[in-house]
This record gives sequence, structure tokens and C-alpha cells, in this order.
Amino acid sequence: MSVLERTELLEVGVSKPRKDAAEKLRGQAQYVGDMEMAGMLHGKVLRSPHAHALIRDIDVSAALAIPGVATVLTAADLDDIEPYYGHAIKDRPILAIDRVRFAGEPVAAVAAESEAAAEAAVRAIEVTYEELPVLGTLAQALAADAAPLHQRRPQVGLFHGLGDLGDQEGNVCYRYRLDAGELPGAGEGDIVVEGDYTFPAVYQYAMETHATIAHYHGDGVTLWANCQHPFLVQAELADLFGLEIGAVRIVVGYLGGGFGSKSYTKLEPLTVALARKAGRPVRIVNRVEESMVTSRRHGMSCHMRTTAAADGTLRSREVRFWMDTGAYADNGPRVTATAGDAAPGPYRWPAVRVEANCVYCNTPPSGSYRAFGATHLQWIGESQLDEIARRAGLDPVELRRRNLVTPGEPVRPDGSGKPLDADLVGDVERAAQAVGWDEPRRPWVGRGVSVGLLAAGAHPVSRASVRVCSDGSADVYVGTTEMGQGPRTVMAQIAAEELGLPSELVRVHGADTRFTPYDRSTGASRSTTVAGLAVKRAAENAAARLRETAGELWEVDPEAVRLTRGRAEFAGEEIAFPELIAKRFGFRGGEIIEGGEVRPTGGATGSYAEGPHFWEVCCAAVEIEVDPDTGVVTVLRTATVADVGKAINPQLVERQDEGALLQGIGNALFEEMLFVDGEIINDNLLEYRVPRIADLPAQTRSIIVENADGPGPYGAKGCGEGALAAIPAAIVCALADAGVPMTELPLTPERVWRRIGELRSQATTTMEG
Amino acid sequence: MTAPGAQDLDIELTVNGEPVSASVPASELLLDFLRERLRLTGAKRSCDAQVCGTCTVLVDGGPVSACTYLAVEADGRAVLTVEGFAQTAEFAEFENAFMRHAALQCGYCTPGLLLTLKSLRDAGELGSDEQIRHGLDGNICRCTGYRAILDAARELAGTAPS
Repeated sequence: MSVLERTELLEVGVSKPRKDAAEKLRGQAQYVGDMEMAGMLHGKVLRSPHAHALIRDIDVSAALAIPGVATVLTAADLDDIEPYYGHAIKDRPILAIDRVRFAGEPVAAVAAESEAAAEAAVRAIEVTYEELPVLGTLAQALAADAAPLHQRRPQVGLFHGLGDLGDQEGNVCYRYRLDAGELPGAGEGDIVVEGDYTFPAVYQYAMETHATIAHYHGDGVTLWANCQHPFLVQAELADLFGLEIGAVRIVVGYLGGGFGSKSYTKLEPLTVALARKAGRPVRIVNRVEESMVTSRRHGMSCHMRTTAAADGTLRSREVRFWMDTGAYADNGPRVTATAGDAAPGPYRWPAVRVEANCVYCNTPPSGSYRAFGATHLQWIGESQLDEIARRAGLDPVELRRRNLVTPGEPVRPDGSGKPLDADLVGDVERAAQAVGWDEPRRPWVGRGVSVGLLAAGAHPVSRASVRVCSDGSADVYVGTTEMGQGPRTVMAQIAAEELGLPSELVRVHGADTRFTPYDRSTGASRSTTVAGLAVKRAAENAAARLRETAGELWEVDPEAVRLTRGRAEFAGEEIAFPELIAKRFGFRGGEIIEGGEVRPTGGATGSYAEGPHFWEVCCAAVEIEVDPDTGVVTVLRTATVADVGKAINPQLVERQDEGALLQGIGNALFEEMLFVDGEIINDNLLEYRVPRIADLPAQTRSIIVENADGPGPYGAKGCGEGALAAIPAAIVCALADAGVPMTELPLTPERVWRRIGELRSQATTTMEG
Repeated sequence: MTAPGAQDLDIELTVNGEPVSASVPASELLLDFLRERLRLTGAKRSCDAQVCGTCTVLVDGGPVSACTYLAVEADGRAVLTVEGFAQTAEFAEFENAFMRHAALQCGYCTPGLLLTLKSLRDAGELGSDEQIRHGLDGNICRCTGYRAILDAARELAGTAPS
């Protein structure tokens, strides 16, 4: 920014139309499954039908005999590399080696001239299995006599990021603890709320399945992949295949949704291995049932105990939980740590004990899904808080007002990490008011409000560059993936603001690791906050060059030159960018190109323990109605709070909140992956229900709070995940308010109806007794 | 896709107003016919089970899920995909409504939604909120949360609050 203080923002804070809208509306936007390369083969994967078995033999001869089949890949083809990957724990082979650990695990892959031939060949591969006992549930995997799922000594992955791997105990692959203060002795708490809770496995259901095209050639490998974190995948692939990082090129276009399902490394190593053997480009596009065994949200069992004084002053919280990470760790350790951080809730606790366990089971791998960890824990902690409010005779809002941490206070009860950077009391009050908190309630109608925090930002490392072309228009190169959340629009607005250009003249491109500067990842609500700040700095640096050129031209202090609407101005003089750039280079060519960087500073390393980069607020309120005869819960009104510091594009902030709202309704009311002996039995959209338009509540309100208290550009902080954690919690609280406390999600009609029956028979027994 | 060696059948249809004739296996899906043979990739594959609506195209003006509709069923019929719809004068109104409300995010479901909305409006079934909610029940959008889609649909229905 120039020394001339900017009086108003022209591009930032404005609901500009999406940059990608026309392409997407007209069906021109290209997703990986729409792309074809010359000479491309179609890949198909043979997946294990068993959740746990030894592989005795694989016979591919019949498959190879099918016309059009180019090659069949098995683990035997991977002898020349160390074929294990996993960014947290390097536990996963590219193809099953000697044993399968989940139903759906890739055992072999075929590349053929057509998808039909590849499918026929997959069916023709004969595998002889010897079935093993299945540890299909947390209880089975944690049993004292449970055999360990993994035989190799655990190796830390490239991006574990959570300190030491620690000792693995049985099938617990990672443990996170948070301890502070002295727990009160038995009987010391005036109010004690304690219970066991269950959260189901959930599927992200990005509408576009995982898809990758790989071309292995003399100079390395090129991929077109729908991955959220191209630079982390690049590093993992280089490590796996013994290539230099720069020899792995990943091109990322539009993603048909991600929500975490396409974070970290997924289908890419297998596609590269297949292309390496085939010697030609290969495309693998998952079917939906294949993507459902590629990534999902962790199922969880939890025990929680909260104590408070009779006046509602909170005393302690103890939490132990176990997350089913499936057969391979994937992002389980970070999900577990984040859940551990979310477990206490943002309250002033004299004492806290959290033990968070990430557990291997013979189930498909679990990874990231929007607001992970917080979604798992917030509904439990908040429902216990409401029970305390009931027993203390306090309004739930008042209880929160008294106990919530305030800005600047530590969030983690042990005092470590980032202090609070948000006004939670204000957020709660706004949300509650928006659903008519103090209005009279009808029977079977309840209201709930919930608040929590999500450790966000991931590792704060992003670079970006901004180029101003000789015609005065600009390009932004930033690694953030456009998966629907709108970064191409937001980054254009940020760059435009700093360059003094209309954002219509700024183009933002997808990542191509060969040219795009490094960005850690797209997730943890970090794009606007971290990558956006890198873009802002790159644009500031490019703007400095423009001012410098104008300063030379007019022989004035460059700092005094103002850039606005595509022109440099000083004291009545003005020159348009094309002419200015032509002056710099002496002809109608050249360009201004500058970079920007965000990294840990001041001795910090960006570690999880130091972090998070910011706390994302998870706050919502709802009003629900339950039909006691059917158990059907209807969400009547909702309010979600987007506490974003500064909304770069308010309309896109609302859309993010609304999207998270509906996913929250799905997670709360009906989404649940069902397993029998480790095998998923509802791996299709007929039996796995996601929200439809009919599930949109009659009244929804998205409240944007702008206190400029974020570490991002213009005081921004990320959004878009919080509502997903807050909504299930608010719904559970509202249902308890309506008289039906629940301890298991989702709140299916049958489950709710049975609970109402139990409560009625308890009431009758009590009356008779 | 079809097993190699299956018996092919001759079909003639129009796609986006252009006559197309082809010899296709009886089991070839309309979605693969459009995407693989004609390289019209606006219709997307997702659920493969006629639930999500990303593969919606119009056949003789009515919406079908191309993932579960055979190419041979389209013989003698007129197929409209988003690529064809985008060429019509009427499209601008749909495009503007979706842009104004930011009623799209990842864009994967968007072509199917637009075509469903067009068919509803052509049939005179795009009016009340109830009609919109009923009419769009077969188009899943995982990103937007539907609020903006409802608002855009109201605008197209002429029922948007001014």
C-alpha cells in the first residue's frame, strides 16, 4: 500500500460475480474426466472383495488375453521402488502386497484401449485369497487380543507435522493428549454430566469422483489430477518413484467439489505406476462406489464427562475418544489432533483431560472432511453444556456468556498455541437472536445454539506471483485449487485491489506445479487467509514496480504515486498501465512479475503445537420441530455465523456458509456409511442419502461478522467449514430442548422415535414408582 | 460402456439441433454416447443410478438421466445438452440468474440443473416454491446448500420478491 492512505476499497468487500461462472454454466469447464490425451489408455482397478485376507496368488493371464488390454499391474511390478506412501504415516502400499486390509483395496490395475476392455480384464483377473479375521469395528480393533493390522515398523510420512510418531500400541496409530489443571475429585462437582457418544462414518460426496491422468515419460511424469494439494502430492510422488521434485508435474484444473475428499495423495500413485508400466498416458476415473472407499469421515466413539459448580461455573472436562481411521492412516492423525483441540470447547476450564486415539480397523481409509474434528466433538460438548444449563437453571446463552473465552485469552486450556482471535460471545448472541431465541416455544419445538473453534490454516506456507502484462491486464499464479469455494474470484479481487485494476482484468489460473509458485494445500480454510496474503504481497510488489516506473517518468517519489483503475496518477498527471509498461521497457512488450511469500516468522516453525494460524469460529443456532409419532426432525430456522474478519466477497462467504449448513443437516440427520464386517453396504446414492433441495430449511440466515481480527489480507480469516461443525451441534441441542436428548448421530427418524419411546416409558415408570 | 463384440444398432437422432447417425451397441448409455463419441462433456457422470441429476439432458424436451438411458432409446428423438442450450437466446436469462445469485460453486451439477429448470419452465411447472422444490428434487448440489439455486429458480419463475 502506498503512503497515501487508501480511503476506500474498490474491489475487496464487493460481491463480484464468479470468474468461473460462464465456463461452468455453459458446460465448457474441463474436469479431469472430460480430458483425453493422445494415445491415452483407460485404467480400471481390481479391488479386494474381502476386508482382511492374505493374497495367495494372482493370475493375470486371462486378463492379458483380452483384446485391447495393454498391461496389467500387480504389486510384483513395484519391486524396484519402496512402494509405500502416506503423508502422515507411510503405511500404504500402492497396490496390496501379500495381504488386503479393507474391502475395496486396490489389488491390481489394468490399462486398456477402452474402458470396456479394461473392465472385462479386471473381471478376468483371478486372485486366490485366504480370509483373515476382520477387525471391522473400533471395539474389535481395540480388543486386547486383536492382531495388529500392520506388520511393518511404522515410518513417519513427509508431512506428518504432529511431532514424533510415538509408540504404537496395538492398532492405535496415533495419540493426542491435552492436559491442564487438576481434575476435581469424585463428588466435588455440583453438576456432573457424563455419557457415551457415537458419530458415524460419513462420505464427503464431492459430485466429481477422484480422477487422474498420468503420463510417465523420459523427463519424469506429468499428471492431470483433481487433487486439492498438488504440491504435497508432487513431493510424495517424487519420493515414491525416486524422481526429482521438479520432474513431477501436476496440472490441476477445476474440481467438481472436494470437501477434503481430494486432499493429500489418493489415486495418483496407482495411476502413475500403471502409466509407468504401460509406457502411455493412462486415465483412471473412479466410480462413486470406488470413491466411497477412497476417503471418508472417521466414525468415532467418545466418552465425555463435564463438571460445573451449582451456579454453572465450568470446572472440568474429561474426554476420551477413538476414531476409526480405516486400514491406512491417511489424514487420521491430524483429524485426531484437531478433534482433540476441539474437545474442550472454547471455555475457561480449570481442568481438562483429553485423550484422542486414531485407530486402524479393517475398514476403508478415513481422511479429511470439511471441519474435521470439530464436527466430531462439538455436538457432544455443547449438548453437555446445555444439560449443565438446564440443571443450573440458566439460559444456554447466559451459560456460554459466563464461560466462553474472550479475545486474547488462551484457547487451549494448557495455555499453548494461538490465543482467541474472535468475539465468541457476540457470535452466540447474534446467532441465537436470529432464530427467535426468546420467543415462546410450541411443544416439540426446540432451539439450540452452539459454538466451537476449529484449528485452521494448516502450515502457513504459501507463495504466489502476479504478472502485469504489457496490455495492462494481470495474471495471478497461485496454487490454491478452485473446487467451488471461489478462490479464483477472491484472488482476482485481492490482486486487483493492490494493483489498482478492475478485477475483470485479472485472470487467476489453476495450479501447474511446473510454473505455479508453491502453496502447501487447499484446505483448513486457508486459501483466502494464507494464499490470499501471498497474492496480496505479490501484487503489492508488482504495484511497487509500476509506481517505481511512474516515479522515474515523472521524477517523483514512487511512494507518492497512486495506482487506480488501471492508471498511475500523481498531481494531475496520469498514465495508463500499457503506456507505463512500454515506458519501462522502451517498446510494447515486457512485463512486471513479482512474487509474494507467507511463511512462519519470528522464530516460529508453523508446527501444529505452535498453531493454529487462526481459530475458525463454528457458531450456529437452529430451531427444529420433532414429530413424536414418527421421529422425523424438521429444521425450521437456522442462523450461521461467518466470523471472517473481513469478507473479501460477501456473497461467496454466504454461499460457503450455506453449503456447510446443508452438509451439517446431512451429517446430523441422515448421512451414515453402514458397514458389515468392514464392508460398506450402502455405497450408492440410493442408500446413502445426501441433502436435496427439499431439505433446505424454510428460513436460513448467514450472518457475516467482520472484526478485522484475522491474520489474512485486510484482517480476513477463513470460513466455510465452521457451520458444518456448528449445525449438528445446534440441532442436537435443539432436539434436547424439545425434550429428546440424543447421544448417537445421525438423528434418523427411527433412532429419534425409539428414544422418545424410551423417555415415555421411563416417565411412566417414574410416575408409577 | 459395452462389452466388445456386441451387436451394433443404427440410430438417427438430433443432438443440439444437428442430425447425428451412428451405429451403437444396444447397451451403450446415452451419457457415454454424448461424452465419448460426440465429445459433449457438459453432461457429467456421478451417481450412475439416476439419483443425482448431473447427467441430465433433455430428450424431446423432457429431462432424462443419461447415465441410465440407452443411446438407442434416443433414436428418432431430439437431444439437448447444455452445449446446445448455451447457444440459444433463452440461455442468457438462466445464465444471468445463476450468476447474480452465485448459484453455482464447483459447477459439476450446474448443466443438469439448468436443463431441468428449462424443462420445468417449458412445461409450465416452474412457479411456486413448492413446485421448484419438487421439480429440482432430482438434482443434487453438494456445494451451494440450495438457497441460491432456489433464489435463481424463483427469478426464472418470475416469483422472485422484487
